[in-house]
This record gives sequence, structure tokens and C-alpha cells, in this order.
Amino acid sequence: MRARVLVKPKAGILDPQGQAVERALPALGFDGVHNVHVGRLIDLDVEDPGRLPEMCERLLTNPLIEDYEIVEVAGQPQGSAA
Amino acid sequence: MKFGIVRFPGSCDEVDAQLACARLGDAVILWHAERDLRGVDAVVVPGGFSYGDYLRVGAIARFAPVMGEVAEFARAGGLVLGICNGFQVLCEAGLLPGALLPNPSLRFIFRQVELEVARADTPFTRACPPGQRLSIPVKHTTGRFYAPEPELRRLEAAGQVLLRYAPGHNPNGSLRDIAGISNAAGNVFGLMPHPEHAVDPLTGSVDGLSIFASIRDQVADRVPA
Repeated sequence: MRARVLVKPKAGILDPQGQAVERALPALGFDGVHNVHVGRLIDLDVEDPGRLPEMCERLLTNPLIEDYEIVEVAGQPQGSAA
Repeated sequence: MKFGIVRFPGSCDEVDAQLACARLGDAVILWHAERDLRGVDAVVVPGGFSYGDYLRVGAIARFAPVMGEVAEFARAGGLVLGICNGFQVLCEAGLLPGALLPNPSLRFIFRQVELEVARADTPFTRACPPGQRLSIPVKHTTGRFYAPEPELRRLEAAGQVLLRYAPGHNPNGSLRDIAGISNAAGNVFGLMPHPEHAVDPLTGSVDGLSIFASIRDQVADRVPA
């Protein structure tokens, strides 16, 4: 399976990156934008998607400060593992 | 007394830490890929950018072979000091509570700060004169100590906050001005300021020596010469 893990700061945790982006947008004329948060995405081919939550808890995120979401991506895994 | 200083790919303060420790005892470098602590009495996890700080600060380093031994050493009551990136690694490894978040300014901060010794009766602060302030530099981009509010209350009540930024000296928005914190057992300690950079009058302060001297005194008490 081709999977995508979306990681973002937990709600309520100060997110200076999100704030910086939120402040920058109006400067370019993009008004009306609120609640900007910056996270990261991790794409990966996995043979056993059932193990993804454990991967997220143990390495891909720090559960104390980050939330994550696992999304299945359409299409075949790439490369030799396919 | 033998200190062991861990060296990861991307460490950059391990030599200063070794030089600081060498003022008080023997000091050897522990290579990240080896599962051998070489019989040291205390472990220092130094500052730097271990494994490039890829993914998150400290996230990859915690899985280094040597860290398995460090965790065992800590479980057995051994003294472990984490400085800056070392603090981040110990938090990621679950050996210390909380996490370090990016500075609100998103900037690298490098300055001398004043610290208040919240407790001078621990293995890491016992050589600090009570009430004395320590002048020690910080240098980091990700140093804002964070723990959820109930955890903060628990840490305060349990006396695990050992160092605080003095009023007006909190450089990074750390919650409750926490600069250094220990585990519940009191044998693992992490701090963002760099005591190893404050051991020689040439660089303006020798206050950092108190931290290393505390460790030496603690080990000396435990192991009769």
C-alpha cells in the first residue's frame, strides 16, 4: 500500500510556523485566512498497513506534541518493493 | 571517576563536554554505534544535531545502539546528563518527561542566560551554592520546554524542576521558565543551557563546572575510593 502520514502540531500547542505563515499571507493581499498550522507529510510504501499506527506512535510522530492522520494514496507502490 | 560522552553523527559539543569532564575526572567518548559504555560512572549526551535532527530533533538518535545501553544504565540508577540536543534525545527516548518545541521566534538563539537553581540537593546540582545564580550560555532553535499542564503540576510537586531561567532570562518561552528537569528517580537530568561552555574564565563564566562537579561528588559518595 502507498500511504501518506499527515502530521501536525497538537491543538493548543503554540505553532510559530503557522503563525508566521498566517501573518505573511495578508501582506500579499490574501485576507480572511485564519488558523494556519504547518505540519509535515510522510509518503511511504508499506507491506503491512496495520503496522502504520505503531510506526506513527514510535517514530514518525511524537504523540505528546503532534497529531497524525493516515491516508491511503491511490496508485501502486513504487520501486522494487512493488 | 570516569565520564562517558556519547558521540552521534552530527554531535558538535562532545569535545567541549569531554574537556569539561576532564577537569574533574577521566572522560572518554562513546561511539553511537557501539553497545559498550566502557565502564563509565556517568554518561553525558551532548549537544549538536544528532543524525541531522531529521524528522524531529532527537527522534532518530534515540534508536542508536548506544542509547539502548544508556537506557539500561539509567534504569539501573546510573547518572545520565543530557545537554541541549542531548536533552531532546532523552525526552524522545522517554527517559525524561516533556518535549522541546521550536523557539517562538523561529530563530537560533545564542546568548548568556542567568539560571536559578531550584534545587541544590540533587546529584546534578549539589555542588551549586544554594540561592546562587548560574551564568551559562544557551544556543538552540528548538528549546521551548513543553509538557501538558497536569504534567507540569506533577513535575513541580515532585521537585523535578532543577533549573529555571531567572526572571527576564527565559530565551525561548519555556513553560514555567523550566531550563532543566530530572526524571522521577532523579538520576537522569536534561537542560537546554550548555554548562560545558562555561568552565573556563577565558569564556566569561565557570558556573557550568558546578553541574559536572555535582556528578563527581555524587559518584564519589556512592563508590568508596
